[in-house]
Amino acid sequence: MSTSTALDGLGRAPAEAPGVASVAGTQAGSAVYTDTAVRLFALAAIVWGVVGMLVGVIIAAQLAWPELNLGIPWLSYGRLRPLHTNAVIFAFGGCTLFATSYHVVQRTGQTPLFMPKLALFTFIGWQIVILAAAISLPMGFTQGKEYAELEWPIDLLIAVVWVSYAVVFFGTIGIRKVRHIYVANWFFGSFILAVAMLHIVNSAAVPFSMMKSYSAYAGVQDAMIQWWYGHNAVGFFLTAGFLGIMYYYIPKQAERPVYSYRLSIVHFWALIFTYMWAGPHHLHYTALPDWAQSIGMVFSLVLLAPSWGGMINGIMTLSGAWHKLRDDPILKFLIVALSFYGMSTFEGPMMSIKTVNALSHYTDWTVGHVHSGALGWVGLISMGALYHLIPRMYGKTQMHSVKAIEMHFWIATVGIVLYIAAMWIAGVMQGLMWRAVNPDGTLVYSFVEGVKATYPYYVVRLAGGALYLGGMCVMAWNVWMTVRGSKPVDAPVPAVRPALQA
Amino acid sequence: MDILYLLIPLSALMVLLLIGVFGWALHRGQFDDLEHEGARILQNDASLTSAVATPFDAGQAAAAAAPEQSPQRKGPMPQPTPTPTGSSIHP
Repeated sequence: MSTSTALDGLGRAPAEAPGVASVAGTQAGSAVYTDTAVRLFALAAIVWGVVGMLVGVIIAAQLAWPELNLGIPWLSYGRLRPLHTNAVIFAFGGCTLFATSYHVVQRTGQTPLFMPKLALFTFIGWQIVILAAAISLPMGFTQGKEYAELEWPIDLLIAVVWVSYAVVFFGTIGIRKVRHIYVANWFFGSFILAVAMLHIVNSAAVPFSMMKSYSAYAGVQDAMIQWWYGHNAVGFFLTAGFLGIMYYYIPKQAERPVYSYRLSIVHFWALIFTYMWAGPHHLHYTALPDWAQSIGMVFSLVLLAPSWGGMINGIMTLSGAWHKLRDDPILKFLIVALSFYGMSTFEGPMMSIKTVNALSHYTDWTVGHVHSGALGWVGLISMGALYHLIPRMYGKTQMHSVKAIEMHFWIATVGIVLYIAAMWIAGVMQGLMWRAVNPDGTLVYSFVEGVKATYPYYVVRLAGGALYLGGMCVMAWNVWMTVRGSKPVDAPVPAVRPALQA
Repeated sequence: MDILYLLIPLSALMVLLLIGVFGWALHRGQFDDLEHEGARILQNDASLTSAVATPFDAGQAAAAAAPEQSPQRKGPMPQPTPTPTGSSIHP
């Protein structure tokens, strides 16, 4: 560098000096990345992760010991349960998706965010949505639609924030400096578009008062719309979005390109073309027409192929470098997340088969399945990505304590195993007890006998959930120690070779 | 099941839109160089401190892909200023 300074001597010399910041302003790709929204969302994700998981632990305890609602309506299971799901999915998961997508779209397009102020608005708007949920749900305001409980004024705010999110994200794609759009952006983009459509269609309602509305659809029509929304929320919010995270942060953390970039493109198109019609598997043996149920089942089975293609692609990224898994706890998070993704995307299609569903539906097996996806896939991949992202947002290469990451990983993994094993056993047991019939046609067990038999598994589940929350608290401490006293560092945007330019 | 009159057209619309986007991507050459693109994200950070002079040619993947890449890579460099590593920039 010093020789180049001597060579040049035309006032461009400082540009070649080690101070990277001085490069900015003289070069084609001169700006700095706009990471304020990334930082805010990443830190908010940690906070909401702790809160959402704490509420989950509380309601898990209430299932084992119902008196824990203390007779206060605000703390009753029926009100806290949607608070838990909204907090972990939309607050923790949502903030993680905002942070990572804003980060990835800038880095892969080598351009700052389009309309950074609007990105800050999405942060403030999303936090208001979360706070409104945290107040209105315990008060009992709900549309009664699973994962879409929030009442219409909040729904409107969500729509505004989401459209702004789309403007920032696709605007950034539009002003990218690199011609090729990296595969992670395709996943993020499809997630943003699909969630916009799902939210607007499913939340269509006729307002009756400030906090009360009636769905635009009725009866089984409403059920079909709800699970079209519900399952695609799983497919696009909890799968496509987090696959975007996977396709950027695993190669980055492993310092190797994804095993097959070609397969990742096939994975994307196969997944989004097949996902839309899996929803009816939530309505097996209901008033929904039989053929619609069967379509849901078939599409769910088809989904196994792209899901496993993607999982294998992600895991094989470490092919030839498996030793990294031994030393790097962040990679452990990311790769074990993919293992859980593979497990739950195998389990899901199996449970969508109608004969299996006859046993599993309405039991705690479903809860176990959801949590193997939520704790194992969504949770671990988020934590791994945030461990990678947060120190880099503050000019560091590592978290405050790598040992604490390792500890978090093991606490969380043991927690997940306890949780899902308890729910599998409880679920199959419940299914078998409910369907057991005496020779004279009467039921062998009353419902409450099933509840009583489930009690020990509820306690084990609570222990698993408490461990998972404990791991999240370790993470929060680690993030606090990493961020405390350090200043945000804006990274410069590197120049783009002409051959690659947009 | 009147709701299908909403859901099926909506899905058909989605599929048409997706086919359109796919066609656009195909036509614009998004999928032309799939071997190289997966590795490119790894090169950006490495070039953070020397971003100006050696934006892309430092990575191993670029070296591996050099034979078929070289005609494209002969294009003008963003900053031809010589640096200590300057000789290795040009293929």
